[in-house]
Amino acid sequence: MTIAASDEQLARWNDAAWAAACLAVGGHSLGGVRLKGRPGPVRDFWLEQCQALLPDATPWRKIPLHCSESRLLGGLDLAATLRKGSPVAGRGLLVESSDGVVLLSMAERAPTSVVAPLAALLDEPVLRLEREGIAAQHDCRLAVIALDEGVDDEALAANLIERLALQIDLTPLPVGAIDEFPWSREDIQGAREALAEVELGDQALQSICQATLALGIDSPRAALLAARTARVLTALAREESVSDEQLEQVVRLVLLPLATRLPGGDEQDAEDDVEESPDDSADDSQPPDNETPDAPDSPPPSDAQRESEDDKAPDAEQPNTDPDPLTDDRLLEAAQAMLPPDLLAKLLSGSMGARRNAASGKSGARQRAKMRGRPMGSLPGDPRSGARLDVMATLRTAAPWQRLRGPATGGARLRVQAEDFRIVRFRQRSQSVTVFVVDASGSSALYRLAEAKGAVELLLADCYVRRDEVALIAFRGDSAELLLPPTRSLVRAKRSLSALPGGGGTPLAAGIDATAELLEMLDRRGATPAYVMLTDGRGNVCRDGSTGREPALADALLAAQNLRLSSAAAGMVIDTSPRPHRSAAELAENLGALYLPLPNADARQLQSVVRQVVS
Amino acid sequence: MAKAFPFTAIVGQDEMKTALLVAAVDPSIGGVLVFGDRGTGKSTAIRALAALMPKIPMVEGCPFNCDPDKKPAGLCARCESGTEKLKSRASPIPVVDLPLGATEDRVIGALDLERALHDGEKAFEAGLLARAHRGFLYIDEVNLLEDHIVDSLLDVAASGENVVEREGLSVRHPARFVLVGSGNPEEGELRPQLLDRFGMSVEVKTPQDVAARVEIVRQRDAFERDPEGFTKHQQRKEGRVRRQLQKARESLDSIEVADEVLEAAATLCMSLGTDGLRGELTLVRTARAQAALAGRDVATLDDMKALAPSVLRHRLRRDPLDESGSTARIDKALSALFD
Repeated sequence: MTIAASDEQLARWNDAAWAAACLAVGGHSLGGVRLKGRPGPVRDFWLEQCQALLPDATPWRKIPLHCSESRLLGGLDLAATLRKGSPVAGRGLLVESSDGVVLLSMAERAPTSVVAPLAALLDEPVLRLEREGIAAQHDCRLAVIALDEGVDDEALAANLIERLALQIDLTPLPVGAIDEFPWSREDIQGAREALAEVELGDQALQSICQATLALGIDSPRAALLAARTARVLTALAREESVSDEQLEQVVRLVLLPLATRLPGGDEQDAEDDVEESPDDSADDSQPPDNETPDAPDSPPPSDAQRESEDDKAPDAEQPNTDPDPLTDDRLLEAAQAMLPPDLLAKLLSGSMGARRNAASGKSGARQRAKMRGRPMGSLPGDPRSGARLDVMATLRTAAPWQRLRGPATGGARLRVQAEDFRIVRFRQRSQSVTVFVVDASGSSALYRLAEAKGAVELLLADCYVRRDEVALIAFRGDSAELLLPPTRSLVRAKRSLSALPGGGGTPLAAGIDATAELLEMLDRRGATPAYVMLTDGRGNVCRDGSTGREPALADALLAAQNLRLSSAAAGMVIDTSPRPHRSAAELAENLGALYLPLPNADARQLQSVVRQVVS
Repeated sequence: MAKAFPFTAIVGQDEMKTALLVAAVDPSIGGVLVFGDRGTGKSTAIRALAALMPKIPMVEGCPFNCDPDKKPAGLCARCESGTEKLKSRASPIPVVDLPLGATEDRVIGALDLERALHDGEKAFEAGLLARAHRGFLYIDEVNLLEDHIVDSLLDVAASGENVVEREGLSVRHPARFVLVGSGNPEEGELRPQLLDRFGMSVEVKTPQDVAARVEIVRQRDAFERDPEGFTKHQQRKEGRVRRQLQKARESLDSIEVADEVLEAAATLCMSLGTDGLRGELTLVRTARAQAALAGRDVATLDDMKALAPSVLRHRLRRDPLDESGSTARIDKALSALFD
């Protein structure tokens, strides 16, 4: 028996259905859908229903997580080249899916090599190839469905998120909440045809832009995608011009999922707060009033546009910048009502900065690490040994010998012999990652947190020079948190560090567990991690969250032994207590890490010591 | 292929537009790096610039964009050894895209596979660097570029010549191009060596007022609904900018630089502690290009001050952690010294 779904769940499914219909009508112009949710019957059903809205022959292709670049973008078609005796370009998966939909599975883990070309194609539907001896351009219009299964700090890359208009979350939906979509293919086709006629009035456009500012959405792309979505929704509703109803839908489907703050302010307090802008050059070289292109002496370029559209007299009047307050309030009310409670809590607790960072996605450098570095040219070798065949080099080696070798046999136009094989060799420069583990609890914060932050900053500067990645884990209260997944972006590192609050208990064991987990992940991806733990070693919160110095310490030591067994990473413990203390030393011993008491060291001294260990 | 959004229809972002035009007037300035928030039209502006490029003389059929007016010293081996007279053809200054996923053989050039397979001869197939010679090389998402491609680029950009030694080939050809790049600091830092190659850097920010946002969406929307009509409507403006660019390029050599500009450039670099010569030189060159764009024949202190932030922003010796203050520091120095 199915449990009846709540109204909220039914409404959520309804939104998801509209998103699918928008995708079917708008396609490439809306970028696509970010579909959050775990694989399962609900997601499968949504996808199946979505595909059913599209014409039969529409490409609908899945991009696997580790799709190789040459498969994705295209390159030299080896088999055809060998048959023909001259280079033949192979079409990549993206070009094959042109005018259709690609599904990015496990999108939150997709490497940059997949995400970046997709983002570029959503901006400009042309695939430019300069690969493996082939130079070509293909028209390539795609819509993307990013299947985002990310939890917590895993998230889809920000540069993709912001190019997908529709954002829906199926995570909390039970099977009882789903139902067939209420549109037929003909409905979609009809909406497509009606789309060109849909009017988007100035009023509606104003409201959309107001809403982006009120919700703290920075990128102008969001407003553009929202405007297009509003048109599509209107076409689906068989209306002629965008009305409040569509605007409310747009807020729910497009804007709210990107919101970074509570609506309700006017644009005066839409100033960036420090957390949200990496660099505050307050006196920007272009004052905002330069940006409004409607100085009276130069008629706005849009005027002629509007004349041609609706035969107005050319009176060069400025667009009405006075939005109807009513409409805006309605929009914001809709927004307010739809805000998930946890977002509210986050907003109120001021941890939005952290959330934004989480949404900055991982810049796939992590998966790329193994295949990066300078290809050391290619070496003669046997591709069957698991190495990658360097097709171009192989052909180029074989090419000059063709005449000598005489005509090829068996229908091939080219004779390639074993000694021609070349395999790609990369200089394995494995990425070093320094993980900082900072005790931000009350006992440490009192004395040394500021100092530890200073030290970490200096070390970050070092890592910057060496092009290492850094990661930051902090523990306080009753848990540890990965504040910063491994990154090379100092802007982010600095931001998450400065936002690090202090105080509360010392969940030492949790901190060590989190470190072990991260180290293990880094080991798996072939990086060389090292960790630096800044703590006084006096844990007082156990793994299960209960308090008590004795059991907490026992827990911490267990966790330490476990870390030592699970990772070979070099590590050090910096004792931040005012007087060197047995507990930190004991911790270091159990970790198999260096112990460094710093009774009155300053940050710079600390830096020089750590530098010796980490590098 | 899709039409490019017209340069003149880009809303706001004046600093970026000015820097791009200045870089197009004088290639010796060394191009622009456009860094900043997502969705601010970085790529749009750079791609739109290609449509404004004036024409320059090129040798017909030369894969290396040789300049027929150059003495033999500046020509590629083929044009130099040619017996017949070189045919000249006016072609737009190339703006070459270095796309994501480009492989090394296509960037620097490699053995021509077609001819090797067919005729068994070793011929060189020119790559993107040859195509960009005398023009622009545009790198979108510059911080996503593979390390080994960056290395090749840096090497060639520094020497102005591409030396290829691979697959039994030994080829060299002139490759002087202006690097234009865009990127987002959230995706990772740029190597200092690569930063150095850019003459100017611009930080773009999202407009925080409703009117500008509305205008952006309106322009884009109008363009998408009727690319032809929209482009036509912008034609006159585009033509104006194109002529302005052409005139500025022609008059560049005759523009005088006031003595006070030279002095001010030196003082400014000294007070900011930037590494001397290149900063000063670029300040003077950008001031000159700016005056040329404005149709004046003397570059003034104001010209220099207007572009100083773009020229010096990425040259300040900085604590790598202190991303913020560059622009503010330059502005402070400017007002302290010259107001």
